[in-house]
Amino acid sequence: MAFLSNFINGLSLGSIYAIIALGYTMVYGIAKMLNFAHGDVIMVGAYVSFVSITSLGIPPLLALVIAMAVCTILGIVIERLAYRPLRASASLAVLITAIGVSYLLQNAALLIWTSNTKVYPSIVSFPPLRLFGGDLTITGEMLVSVLTCIVIMIGLTLFTGKTKTGKAMRAVSENRDAAELMGISANRTIAVTFAIGSALAAVAGVLYCSTYPVLNPTVGSIPGIKAFTAAVLGGIGSIPGTLIGGLILGIIEIFGRAYISQELGNAIVFAVLIIILLVKPNGLLGKKINEKV
Amino acid sequence: MKKVVSIALALIMLVCLFAGCSSEKDASGSEALKIGFIGPLTGGAAVYGNAAKRGAEIAVKEINAKGGLQIEFNAQDDENDAEKSVNAYNNLMDWGMQILVGTVTTTPCVAVSAEAYADRVFTLTPSASSAEVPSGKDNVYQICFTDPNQGKASAKYIADNMADAKIAVIYDNGSVYSSGIYQTFESEAKTLGLNIVSVSTCTEDTSDFSVQVSDAKNAGADLVFLPIYYTPASLILNYANSIGYTPTFFGVDGMDGILTLEGFNTALAEGVMLLTPFAADAADEATQSFVSSYQTAYGEVPNQFAADAYDCIYAVYQAFTATGLGTDASTEDICDAMCKQFNTMSFSGLTGQNMTWSAGQVDKAPAAVVIKDGVYVSAG
Repeated sequence: MAFLSNFINGLSLGSIYAIIALGYTMVYGIAKMLNFAHGDVIMVGAYVSFVSITSLGIPPLLALVIAMAVCTILGIVIERLAYRPLRASASLAVLITAIGVSYLLQNAALLIWTSNTKVYPSIVSFPPLRLFGGDLTITGEMLVSVLTCIVIMIGLTLFTGKTKTGKAMRAVSENRDAAELMGISANRTIAVTFAIGSALAAVAGVLYCSTYPVLNPTVGSIPGIKAFTAAVLGGIGSIPGTLIGGLILGIIEIFGRAYISQELGNAIVFAVLIIILLVKPNGLLGKKINEKV
Repeated sequence: MKKVVSIALALIMLVCLFAGCSSEKDASGSEALKIGFIGPLTGGAAVYGNAAKRGAEIAVKEINAKGGLQIEFNAQDDENDAEKSVNAYNNLMDWGMQILVGTVTTTPCVAVSAEAYADRVFTLTPSASSAEVPSGKDNVYQICFTDPNQGKASAKYIADNMADAKIAVIYDNGSVYSSGIYQTFESEAKTLGLNIVSVSTCTEDTSDFSVQVSDAKNAGADLVFLPIYYTPASLILNYANSIGYTPTFFGVDGMDGILTLEGFNTALAEGVMLLTPFAADAADEATQSFVSSYQTAYGEVPNQFAADAYDCIYAVYQAFTATGLGTDASTEDICDAMCKQFNTMSFSGLTGQNMTWSAGQVDKAPAAVVIKDGVYVSAG
């Protein structure tokens, strides 16, 4: 029973990682850059929903919508101001800028909300499921995390496969210059990608803080790094790979901590990453791209 | 032209240097005793720092109102970070601090007390409870229990009151504070024959406690000992509640402050026990008057950190008056005289009667409180 309960905990944690990792993977696939500020967009989403619920008394679901709207705008603004001017520069410059944006967001949050820890009110109101006479408990937050993750994955797969914007995204990801020659605006497509990634970050922030109800300005950094790992593990740029990567990471983390060592939990996660990258350098479902010289 | 400019700049710098000297002289000539304070006024441990600062301020106000010795009080923020704490200490030294009351939390205090030892500044910490704080430093004293004392006292209290309990422990093995208490608790529990069924650890950035709490639950523990700070403790209480696990939670002074955590559902803390030398509902006159002036000033019931810091100021006041020194004495002379006083005197305050010190550690009796309807009540 302990095994099953750990498995479910891992699944729920992994689902949240997967939702965050989507933001990394989509932006990388289309703009070929690592947006290290993504973890902090999660934090902003969590704070916006926290303020909406506690100070303004807005119902949780509406607060989630507000958080998504704020993060979408934030994502577009970050892209427009910080990343677009550097599109033609070396990738190192963009990477450093992303780290700069990350610190900017953290310190802005420190200024606005101070570093005092806040307890996040869960947005999930239905009671936990108790199975096997109370031996196995599945909390509402866990169920919602897993379900949300599945819905988002299906939605995104349909979106990139069937809609015009989705197809444009795939085209830009395949070859930006060729896509532009076909009349697709790369800038607009990249902005849409940032908008979607940031809205998902808000969802992830709300879910993460509902499951682990502590809120402070650095709350997004650790899950951000783990999700990035999940994205690399699954094959960065691939949506189903992200789902698999996130779930594997969550389960390994919980199992590692439960059965091997509490302190080595994070070390185990990253050791697995190293091993997988040694065997499959492009991640589990990543595409092998032959560089043309 | 360039030369002229650089000479002019050099001259200005020189003037500034002397200006610095003269202003310092003015400062040390003032009448008041300069007491510095360092604690986390913002950040995850801010509840401790602010409570301690407010408690100290009340004591300072009372002493200054008496006439006689006047105290000038300067509180600095360290965000519970060792590096920032040393910076705050240096700021206070520039200000002309003569006695340090601080720091509030353990890790910064280990760093700052080493500096204070080197500079010969008399240091009395309200709540940094590690044995490492006064160890090897003849001018560093504690008014709170040391961690060994807390771990030992918790084990004794449990043995006296809940001897059959199946005990689980969750501690932070990345912190000197938490692992220090755990080690003494564990060895004392062994001596007393307590039944520890589960031990698990966490680190400062742990947010998922499902593994630890499930382990305690599966081991059948009915008492969970949490020698950790209140922020992770709130996560543990929350998770235990969500899976319907309801043991008695037993904390130490780090648990103090959980009721003032913003947004925390205090119903989750119902029945939580903690070891603390101070209960706001105690009937004695000193406690009552302190609680009422604290409530008037800050609109909340003081916790033990406030009481600890209040006692610190009074202990310093008692010792300093007994030394017979003037406020213009050098920091080093004050330090030597104060150490002599603390090694021989006995002090009675809010957090204990007839406290005595040896090797910087205080000797006093611990007591437990239990949280009922969102307030502390003596557990008896």
